[in-house]
Amino acid sequence: MVAYILKRVAGSIAILLLIMVVTFLLMNAIPGSPFLTEKSTPEQIALAEAKYGLDKPLYVQLWNYIKNYCVGDLGTSLKMQEGTPVKDIIFHQGKFALSIKLGACALVIAVLIGIPLGCIAAYYRGSWIDGLLRVLTTVGVAVPTFVLAALLLVVFSVNLNWFPTLSGSLPDAKSYVLPVISLSFYYTCYIAKLMRTSMLDAIHQDYIRTAKAKGVKTHILVLKHALRNSLIPVITYLGPVLAGIITGSFVVESTFSIPGLGKYFVQCVLSRDYPVIMATTVVLSALVIFMMLIVDITYKLVDPRITLTAKEE
Amino acid sequence: MSDERKKLVEVESLRKYFTVKGNKLFEKKYVQAVESVSLFIYQGETLGLVGESGCGKTTLGRTIIRLYEPTSGRIVYDGTPIFDSEQKIRLNMLKYRRKMQIIFQDPSASLDPRMTVGEIVGEALDIHHLTQNKNERRDRICSLLSEVGLNTEHANRFPHEFSGGQQQRIGIARALAVDPEFIVCDEPISALDVSIQSQIVNMLEDLQREKGLTYLFIAHDVSVVRHISDRIGVMYLGSLVELAESYELCNHPIHPYTQTLLSAVPLPDPEKSRARQRILLEGDIPSPMNPPSGCRFHTRCPYATERCKAETPVFREYSPGHYAACHLLEQGGSDR
Ligand SMILES: Nc1ncnc2c1ncn2[C@@H]1O[C@H](COP(=O)(O)OP(=O)(O)OP(=O)(O)O)[C@@H](O)[C@H]1O
Ligand code: SF4
Ligand SMILES: [Mg+2]
Repeated sequence: MVAYILKRVAGSIAILLLIMVVTFLLMNAIPGSPFLTEKSTPEQIALAEAKYGLDKPLYVQLWNYIKNYCVGDLGTSLKMQEGTPVKDIIFHQGKFALSIKLGACALVIAVLIGIPLGCIAAYYRGSWIDGLLRVLTTVGVAVPTFVLAALLLVVFSVNLNWFPTLSGSLPDAKSYVLPVISLSFYYTCYIAKLMRTSMLDAIHQDYIRTAKAKGVKTHILVLKHALRNSLIPVITYLGPVLAGIITGSFVVESTFSIPGLGKYFVQCVLSRDYPVIMATTVVLSALVIFMMLIVDITYKLVDPRITLTAKEE
Repeated sequence: MSDERKKLVEVESLRKYFTVKGNKLFEKKYVQAVESVSLFIYQGETLGLVGESGCGKTTLGRTIIRLYEPTSGRIVYDGTPIFDSEQKIRLNMLKYRRKMQIIFQDPSASLDPRMTVGEIVGEALDIHHLTQNKNERRDRICSLLSEVGLNTEHANRFPHEFSGGQQQRIGIARALAVDPEFIVCDEPISALDVSIQSQIVNMLEDLQREKGLTYLFIAHDVSVVRHISDRIGVMYLGSLVELAESYELCNHPIHPYTQTLLSAVPLPDPEKSRARQRILLEGDIPSPMNPPSGCRFHTRCPYATERCKAETPVFREYSPGHYAACHLLEQGGSDR
């Protein structure tokens, strides 16, 4: 197991490095310069680029950038908060914490609602309950987050005035409701669908019949035998869910005017604030990769068949 | 002669249809997996059940112990009707799960991968409150495991750590845990290596003798069951076509389908085997979703007549203890 974890950690670091290089190269491939505005003269641009080391050869820039990241220096912002270290912007101004709070709520809701919904649909398969849930979850995975967010905002905040239009820094429980729903709806529905399929698959296995032959009651059959076996695909899906929730938060934070990392990231992309874009990308990627690692390890722990092979390695 | 013997299981006109989706939207189709099967099983005997793959043997076995809810018909266990579609009897099975057990075709699929062997065997003990305390429970699990030739240390391992033969032993220990009277053995050896098949069969026979068990022993090949069965039933496309004492059935089959089935079995004597004409069936097995009218075998039967297409033959006793369903026999053609 230790060997397995070490192997996975090494792999994760390699992936993170790759992401850093690719982000860097992509940033450079985009035409234009952060200092390119209508008013600036070529001399001014050259001056500004020299100041931030953007005139050096590409590989030197790349090397410096990776070197600095390894010691925790994420650079300084070029535009909106000129001269402020990116690290401070991400971690100290509460942006990261705000996004994490929002994302964590969405993740928890998606899991806590998606799994029971999937179980209910599987249990009542073919009935009107299953039909209703099927329609709901299909709509849920088809509607894009930005449409849902805008719709919720217009209906419940603007028209009905039940919730605040500007969620701000999420001061109270009420301000969480719409952003969390927007962010988690797709994943709730997706997890429900996944759970239903996986549950139905489990229900038709012979070991469920074995349990039935023993005299196990139906609800225990579903909750103990079927659920434990059908959770595995859902656990593996949690890594991608997290990645999706992070990208989704860009949209949701912008829609509900939440000053989180996502909203800031969008602004930075629009103004080509390279250091901030790269730092945010790397930090978020690191987060996703870390969660995937946790998910994978949990997965091995949950399924005895896999724990064993890991031990044998 | 055998009529004084007690009938432990009686099945009358048992049907099991599966609902499946058709090609068209909202269209429903039925798989007629078991169609009007009537049989009984004497206490302490082994009734063999044979037939080609997909003919409904598994479904029949599972429906008899009500792992599948019957579509219609009547099941009587030890004199008590546990299911009767006409009188609307649907007994709670909990009590009967202690008496009727099943050993599955695929041992690895039938064991919950997330439970240890001890938990798998112990769960049945807990449900039926068969042990008073933890020590007694542990002892019982150990004795069950050793009864099927496993080690007591095996109790803490997971099913995937065992070979197919050992998994089937776990499945048997699990079935025995509740001290059953009747066990459906659904092709318990077909998924196993030839080398261990006879070990398992011998073990099942020993267990039967020790505990006075009654078996419904399913196989797709007569050669597997002819030695261990007292009587053998033959199924074709969901229906029972012939049932008789083992020796009688193997040597004097009266139904055309049984005759073809047996002609495919090699005889011990090569001379005889060559001399005997092999009857080959034409065509494929029809789908149980759309079975032929009348006698279900008429599309492939060499003796089929117009009557066979129109009218379903009745399953009846032609000589003492020898049942079959074929129009030819009614016309006195049983001398073939
Ligand atoms: N749950 C189900 N839903 C729909 N159809 C089914 C179901 N179970 C079995 N069937 C169908 O019923 C028929 C009989 O299947 P069954 O498994 O009883 O056959 P079998 O004689 O045991 O075959 P084998 O020798 O391969 O085990 C088959 O056509 C099968 O496709
Ligand atoms: S009833 Fe007709 S078709 Fe069916 S087995 Fe007898 S002869 Fe053949
Ligand atoms: Mg079968």
